[in-house]
Amino acid sequence: MVSLTYIAAALATLPLIFILVHLVRAGAASINPAFFMQMPKPVGESGGGMANAIVGTLILISIAATVGLPIGIGAGLYLAEHKGKRLANTVRFLSDVLNGLPSIVMGIFAWQFLVRPAGHFSALAGGIALGVMMIPLVTRTTEEMIRIVPNSLREAALALGYQRWRTSLSIILRTALPGIVTGALVAVARVAGETAPLLFTAFGNQFWSAAIQRPIAALPLQIFTYAISPYDAWHSQAWAGALVLIGIVLVISIAARLATRSRFGSAVD
Amino acid sequence: MLNESPVDSLSLQPESVDDAARRATVVPRLLFQPAARATRAAESVATVCLAAQRLSAFFGDIAAVRDVDLSMETCRVTAIIGPSGCGKSTLLRSFNRMHETVSGARVTGSVLLDGIPIYGDGTSAIAVRRHIGMVFQRPTPFPTMSIRDNVAAGLRVREGKMPSRRDTDDIVEDALQRAGLWAEVKDRLRTSAVAISGGQQQRLCIARALATKPRVLLLDEPTASLDPASTQKVEELVYDLRSTMTIVMVTHNMQQAARVSDRTAFMLNGSLIEVAPTNALFTTPQDARTEAYITGRFG
Repeated sequence: MVSLTYIAAALATLPLIFILVHLVRAGAASINPAFFMQMPKPVGESGGGMANAIVGTLILISIAATVGLPIGIGAGLYLAEHKGKRLANTVRFLSDVLNGLPSIVMGIFAWQFLVRPAGHFSALAGGIALGVMMIPLVTRTTEEMIRIVPNSLREAALALGYQRWRTSLSIILRTALPGIVTGALVAVARVAGETAPLLFTAFGNQFWSAAIQRPIAALPLQIFTYAISPYDAWHSQAWAGALVLIGIVLVISIAARLATRSRFGSAVD
Repeated sequence: MLNESPVDSLSLQPESVDDAARRATVVPRLLFQPAARATRAAESVATVCLAAQRLSAFFGDIAAVRDVDLSMETCRVTAIIGPSGCGKSTLLRSFNRMHETVSGARVTGSVLLDGIPIYGDGTSAIAVRRHIGMVFQRPTPFPTMSIRDNVAAGLRVREGKMPSRRDTDDIVEDALQRAGLWAEVKDRLRTSAVAISGGQQQRLCIARALATKPRVLLLDEPTASLDPASTQKVEELVYDLRSTMTIVMVTHNMQQAARVSDRTAFMLNGSLIEVAPTNALFTTPQDARTEAYITGRFG
């Protein structure tokens, strides 16, 4: 029985290892400075890169985080502090439903309410669509992380004369922060690779653009376009793009982990 | 006395405390009598610092504390003993308005701090808690803060200006000295507060409560989660602290009450059964239930 769990554990990590190995083998050859510095070349010309898509993805993630993190963390804090109340239960349920919403539906929603009124595709619409997708993820992890902070800390702060809001912010939230950041990163990583909501919001762009009011290139879109093309050169570019996308997620995770690492090592013991 | 401290949303409508000038009895120590200690200064007359009057505390409709009248004298240690669930912790938590932080909890009757009703109109719970410190059963250092910052935590939320860095350092040192922890942690004030032992953490929590110079210190079974050596340190600390502040301690441990307190109150099923000088309560209890409890017939 125990050995079965070992096998299951090995199988759980196998897909990731397989994907990484394959990505490196297929994509590493196309990764060079030009891939990060240059724009896509027209069909037939060799070389070129995805500079616009890389920057576009970073911009989209930033917009998404700006929208999703404050709302998600705030809602999570509310849910954790008002557990058991009817409104909190309703919010939690709706948040779970939102979490299960297919990403293509989110894209249509963003198109209907952001793209159509504006009259054009835009990075802003794409970023907001991704941000809304982040909200339930962040809400859930924030709530869970706050709940594992012992109630005795809250009492200790209140007994010292801390106001309620101050207890929540500087004691509870602060103690739960490493866990919340990890949750936020998972959410960022999730939406960084989303393609469907971007199809009719950010739309993609073959040219250089960093304006949030205009259509913008994004790695997942670029990977999609290249992967379904009939050209071998584009295929290897697509593999390289996928590798870079995973690299971005990895770098963000590591950077934020380092930034929030407690001054004393593990924060909650 | 209240004017000395910077806080005052406690609106000042002194009510007369009937037993304000009660004479304190000098209690011989039963078991704990450190030889080298200086005798206490104000041994003769004690004034009432904290008084509960017809105090009841409820969780929803259930009364955990019923009609308690109890006066706690200035610079004395009052111990509250009784079996589990008798309401002693709830009573203690009513003294700094921590009881009401539980949803559905409420209090009737009144509690006077130096004659001022802490449940009075316009008196904020926050201000009350800044005058009445509390230490809990389990040590509760803030894990994200250093030892120094833990001690200084209460200073940050006081009204008025945050003391300067240097003043804060002085206050922290003083509080740690008083809590008997300074020598053990002075070289690692900037390290994590959760890296020290449980007993040290508890004394750190006491130091944190002392830093804001409260008038009263409430201890809710402060040694329940500590080993015997740490327990002894905390008890000695309580014994020393009474020279400067009023202490109310809930304890499960009758020997502890006997060792460190001046007066002991016995509670049963939410009611205060008997309160007397510690020596008298343990040697000549007036109530049969008190006698049954202290002789170990129940609880």
